[in-house]
Amino acid sequence: MTYVSTFCQGGPTTLNYALFGGCIGAPDGSTAVWPERRVADDSSDARLSALMRAAQAGDRSAYAALLRECVPVIRRVAARRAPADRVDDVVQDVLLTLHNARHTYDPSRSFTAWLSVISDRRAVDLMRRVVRDHSREIHAPLQYEQHPDLEADPAAPQQRTETAQQVRQAVETLPQRQREAVQHVVLSERSLKETSALTGQSEGSIKVSLHRALRVLRLKIEREPQ
Amino acid sequence: MSAPEQDHDALIQQLTGDLAPVKRLAPPFWRALIWIAVIAAIAFVAAMATDRHAIAHRLMAEPDMWLAVVGSTLTAMLAAYAAFQLCLPDRSSYWALLPLPPALLWIAASGAGCLRVLRIAGTRPPTAGDERDCLIIIIALSIPLSLLLLVMLRKGHTLLPGLTTLTAGLAAAAASATLLMFFHPFDATASDLIAHGVAVVTVVTCVRYFGGRILPPKNNSARA
Repeated sequence: MTYVSTFCQGGPTTLNYALFGGCIGAPDGSTAVWPERRVADDSSDARLSALMRAAQAGDRSAYAALLRECVPVIRRVAARRAPADRVDDVVQDVLLTLHNARHTYDPSRSFTAWLSVISDRRAVDLMRRVVRDHSREIHAPLQYEQHPDLEADPAAPQQRTETAQQVRQAVETLPQRQREAVQHVVLSERSLKETSALTGQSEGSIKVSLHRALRVLRLKIEREPQ
Repeated sequence: MSAPEQDHDALIQQLTGDLAPVKRLAPPFWRALIWIAVIAAIAFVAAMATDRHAIAHRLMAEPDMWLAVVGSTLTAMLAAYAAFQLCLPDRSSYWALLPLPPALLWIAASGAGCLRVLRIAGTRPPTAGDERDCLIIIIALSIPLSLLLLVMLRKGHTLLPGLTTLTAGLAAAAASATLLMFFHPFDATASDLIAHGVAVVTVVTCVRYFGGRILPPKNNSARA
């Protein structure tokens, strides 16, 4: 971002203005001039507008750069409406809205103003949804804990433990190649490529071993009593 | 990089991957003009099929008659323009106020007609059957006009769907009321005004509540 100071060339009387960017008032007593910020904002807005124009034409790198630059702008606008823990939700929502509404942007208008209005509206929408949800939901953790689950089976946890034990024992009885395939691919959720690197077997061989192992395990567990 | 920043980065990558070139939307003025041109074409055909001298005589006989038509015509045009503005995500909600002045003129002139003592020569007060026909014509004409308007508005991306459909409904109802003039050889009466009012309110309410289904959803789902 290039800041251009129009007052730096004005001599010593305007030095304080150049240093403080206009926030302490102009030397002649006028207010709301803020030339450095305005010139910077204008050039920044023109650049964002050019990026959006390129994005509308399908330029992906321009679009990625534009969206990254939009994030702080959206955060700033959202922070005025939403609490800190919701600001990132607004950012995500606005990025999606920007994507879906990108064809409605008119390059002859300010991009920052376009984005700010959308961000503000999405922040208001989000806060309305939050308030609506809060009015429908009741925070009562004790009630939740005391509510009986009529379909709960007291024996289910014990049964799950026994089944897991049974599966573990059945896996131990498998030949080494099949056992490795089950342990890495099923139990450790590794990919075929990772398993291949760990065991030295080819991916095709692992697939075959796994298929055979699962068939054997199914037969064993079905035959053995629970 | 923090967790939210990683989420934003992942979303940006996804959106960038989905990017396709888009055709920029035409300015609201030109889009509104297309819809108004369709209404003008229907009005032209209707004018060709009816007794234009009788219509001109009826409208010019009393100021309230032509003021009501001017009011409904301007309401249709300005409400359509406001709807095309409101279907853009960054436009002010104040655009919805644009058709209010001509709408007030329309209502006031129609109401003044009912208070008039002298009858216009060559006209008669409408019967109950005529008033029912007026109601049906306004609603029947409004259906295609509002559908056309909503389909055109669908190309935008409104964040104010309620106001957009409200102004669209008003535009369609006002345009239908204007077109009704060609098939309405009656003097103004209170019961006729009520029939017109019921028809307009029905159209605006229906478009307001069902039009949102035609417009793109306000809440997001990524689309290329």
